[in-house]
Amino acid sequence: MSALQNMVGWIDDRFPMTKVWNEHLAQYYAPKNFNFWYFFGSLAMLVLVIQILTGLWLAMMYKPDADLAFASVEYIMRDVNWGWLIRYMHSTGASAFFLVIYLHMFRGLMYGSYRKPRELLWIIGMIIYVAMMATAFMGYLLPWGQMSLWGAAVIVNLFQAIPIVGEDLAIWIRGDFVISDVTLNRFFALHFLLPFVLAALVFVHIVALHKVGSNNPDGIEIKKGPKGNRWSDTAPADGIPFHPYYSVKDIAGVIVFLMFFAGILFFAPEGGGYFLEAPNFEPANPLKTPVHIAPVWYFTPFYAILRAVPSFAGTQVWGVIAMGAAIVVLFLLPWLDRSPVKSIRYKGGLYKGFLAMFVIVFVILGWLGTQPATELYTLFAQIATTLYFAFFFLMPWFSKADKTKPVPERVTK
Amino acid sequence: MKKLLIAIVMLASPSAFASGGNVHLDHADVDITDQASLQRGAKYFVNYCLNCHSMKYERWQRMQEFGIPEDLLKQNLMPSNAKPGDLMTTAMNPDDAAGWFGAPPPDLTLEARLRGDDWIYTYLRSFYIDESRPFGVNNIVFDKVGMPHVLWELQGMQKAVFEEHKDENGHESHVFKGFEMVKPGKMSTEEYDQMSLDLTNFLSYMGDPSKLKRHSLGIKVLLFLLVFFIFAYLLKKEYWKDVH
Amino acid sequence: MSEGVDLKKRRFLTLSTAVIGAVGAGAVAVPFVMSWQPSARAKAAGAPVEADISKLEEGQLLRVKWRGKPVWVVYRTKQNLEDLPKLDGILADPASEVEQQPASCKNPTRSIKPEYLIAIGICTHLGCSPTYRPDVAPADLGADWLGGFFCPCHGSKFDFAGRVYAGVPAPTNLVIPPHSYLSDKVVLIGVDGGAS
Repeated sequence: MSALQNMVGWIDDRFPMTKVWNEHLAQYYAPKNFNFWYFFGSLAMLVLVIQILTGLWLAMMYKPDADLAFASVEYIMRDVNWGWLIRYMHSTGASAFFLVIYLHMFRGLMYGSYRKPRELLWIIGMIIYVAMMATAFMGYLLPWGQMSLWGAAVIVNLFQAIPIVGEDLAIWIRGDFVISDVTLNRFFALHFLLPFVLAALVFVHIVALHKVGSNNPDGIEIKKGPKGNRWSDTAPADGIPFHPYYSVKDIAGVIVFLMFFAGILFFAPEGGGYFLEAPNFEPANPLKTPVHIAPVWYFTPFYAILRAVPSFAGTQVWGVIAMGAAIVVLFLLPWLDRSPVKSIRYKGGLYKGFLAMFVIVFVILGWLGTQPATELYTLFAQIATTLYFAFFFLMPWFSKADKTKPVPERVTK
Repeated sequence: MKKLLIAIVMLASPSAFASGGNVHLDHADVDITDQASLQRGAKYFVNYCLNCHSMKYERWQRMQEFGIPEDLLKQNLMPSNAKPGDLMTTAMNPDDAAGWFGAPPPDLTLEARLRGDDWIYTYLRSFYIDESRPFGVNNIVFDKVGMPHVLWELQGMQKAVFEEHKDENGHESHVFKGFEMVKPGKMSTEEYDQMSLDLTNFLSYMGDPSKLKRHSLGIKVLLFLLVFFIFAYLLKKEYWKDVH
Repeated sequence: MSEGVDLKKRRFLTLSTAVIGAVGAGAVAVPFVMSWQPSARAKAAGAPVEADISKLEEGQLLRVKWRGKPVWVVYRTKQNLEDLPKLDGILADPASEVEQQPASCKNPTRSIKPEYLIAIGICTHLGCSPTYRPDVAPADLGADWLGGFFCPCHGSKFDFAGRVYAGVPAPTNLVIPPHSYLSDKVVLIGVDGGAS
C-alpha cells in the first residue's frame, strides 16, 4: 500500500471520507440526459461562494456607520489595492445570483422538478430563494446611497400596512422612526449572517436531492427503470456517475458562465444602470427623495404586483398581501400541477401556452417595476398581476385538461 | 381600448420616460485615454470648481495616472500645505456654503456616475440669463440651479430662447429652442465646448478611476478563460465518449 | 470499464485542465491577498512628517507621530553626550552592530547631529513605549542610572542613544527611523538624508 492509500485508510477509519465521495459524487448516478438548463444549480453554488468570499473581504474594509458607510465604499473602490475588483465582483455577483436562480427555478417549472417525490426539495429551494431575497435586501442598504436608503424605506414601510401591529413592527425593524444608523448597523450584521444560513440550506437542498435523485428533461424516474450500466450492475441503466461525467461538464459550464461574469464585471459593472443604480452614487439623504425610486431589478416583478393593487377599505395591506401571495403561491406548485406527465416535452399546447404567458408576464412585471407608476402602467401591472395569478390558480385545471403525449420508457437524448 | 393602444405606442418609445425630464442632452465625446484633455480638465477643475466643490473621496495623487508628474502636481494644482496622498477637500465651510447657496455645493467625485457624462457636458454649456434667480442665471438642464455661472467670463452670457405652444386642449407649454449670445466671453464657442468636454472627461475619469485598468485586465481574463474553456471542453468530450 | 478509452489522452487533458484551473485560482487569490497591503490611505498617513525642532530646549523630548508610531526627538545635553561612552561596558550592542539605524546614524551618538536623538519610541521587546527618564540615579533605577529610557512593561533599559542594556528583556537597540534635516529647525522623518 502506498503512503497515500495508508493516509486515506487512516482517515476513513475515523471519518467517512471515501464513503461520502462515492455516495455523492463518484457513485451518485445522475440521469445521462441533462441539458443546458441543468448547469444553473452548480452555478448558483459557485456564485454563493463568490459572494461569501468577496463579502467577507468587503466586511474587513467597510464601516456600518451612517456617517462613514458611503465613504468607506469609495475607500474600497479607490484606496484599497484591488478593492474595486472585489467590490464589483460582489455587486455583479448579487445580480448574477438572482439571474442564475431564476433560470434554475424556470428549469424546475419546465421539467416538473417539483413533482412527487421532489415536493420537499422544491420547498427547500423556495426557502433558499426567500432567504436570498432577505440577504439581498439588507445588503442593498449597506452602500448607504440614495437608492439604498429610499429603497429600504419603502420596503420597510410595507410592514406598516399590516393592521394593528404594522406601525410598531416597522419601527421595531428600523429601531428608529426612519431608516437610520441603527437600521444600517443591524442590517449589516444580518447581511453577514444570512449567507451562512443560505449555505446550510443549500446543504440541506443537496441532501434532499440525493435522497430522491435528480429529475431530468424527460421527467422520467431513472430509479424505476432497468438496472445495470457500464459502471455498476445495480445502478439505473440511464444513470451515469456524477463524477467524472457531470463534474467535467460543469467545469466547462462554469467557465462559460465566468466569461459572461467577467464581461460584465470588467466592461459594464453598472449593468446599464440595473446592477448599480445611478442615484446610489449620491450619499443617503433622509431629507430628499430621488425623483424616481425603484428596487433592484430582481425585486421589481414583485414590486410591480405590490403597486398594482389599489388600497381600499381604508388600508393598503392588499398590495402587500398580493406581493406575499405571489411568492407563497410558488411554494404550492407541487400540488397545483395535476398533469399526468412531468416534463414540458410531453405536455400539450395548453400547458406550454400558459407557461410561455407566465414567463412573458414575469418579465413585463419586472420591467414595469423599474418604471414610474403612471396610470397607464398601473393598468398594465394590474393585467399582468391577474395573469400571474391566473397561471397558478388555473393550473389545476389546465394541467389536467392538457393533451399530453405518451412518455417513453427510457430517457431520450 | 384606446388607453391600451396609447400604452403600446408609448412602450415602443421608452425614451419618453428617460430620467431628467424631456431636456435633450448633448452627447459628450468622452475619451479617458486622452491624457492631454484630462490634464486640462484637472487644471480647470482645480481653478474653477474646487473652490466650492470638493472631490473628497479621491486623492491628489490619482492625477499622476494620466501623466501629471508629482512636482507639477505640487506646483500647479495642489494647495501649498497639501500632500499628494491627501484627499481633495475644499476649504469652504459647509455651513457657510449652505448659507450662501441654499445648500452646500455637492461633492463632485461621483458626479459623472450620478448624472452621466452627457448631462455634465450639457449642464456646463446651458447657463442662461434669468434675472429672477439670486445669481442672475438659470440652467436648462438644472432648473433653479443654486450656483452662479462661474465660467461666464470665458463663455460669455447667453439668453435662452423659448417657444410658446398651445395644444388643442389649451394646455400651454414652454419649449426651449436654443441660446443666443448676449455678451461674448474670452473664449469662442468651440473653445468653450472643448473646455466643457475636458472638464467632463476629467470628472468621468475621477468618477470611476479603475476603468482603464479594468478594461485591460478584462481582456486578459477573457483570453485566459477562452484557453481554459478549450481544454475543459476537450476534457468533457473525451470523458463523454463513455456515455451512449 | 476502460475498453476503448485513450487513457493517455484523458490523463493529459485532466492534468492540463487542472494546471490551468490552478493558475486561474492562483491569479484570483492575488487581489484578495494584495488587498491586505497598506491602502492609499494608510500609505498617505505613513508619508514622511516634518517636525519643527526650533522650540525644543536642552533635555527636552518631543513626540512626533509617524506611521502611527511615536517618534522621539530628544535634545541631549553636553553631559548626556559625555556620559554615553561610560556605559559601553554594560550595554548589549554599544557599537550599534545590529542594523537598527540608517547607515548615517551608525556612530557613537546614533544620530546625524550629535545633540539630537531621533528614535522610534517603541521598545524592541514587545512594543510598549518606554518612559523618558532623564533623571540621574533615581531611587527606582539605581545609582548607576545616567538617564535614558525605561520600559515599564518588562523593565528594559535604554541609554540616551537608545542603546539597550545587557541582561534586560529587549534584545536590540531602539530603532532610528530614516530622517533628514530640511534646515536647522525642521527635520523630515521618514526620508533618509544620509550623513549631513
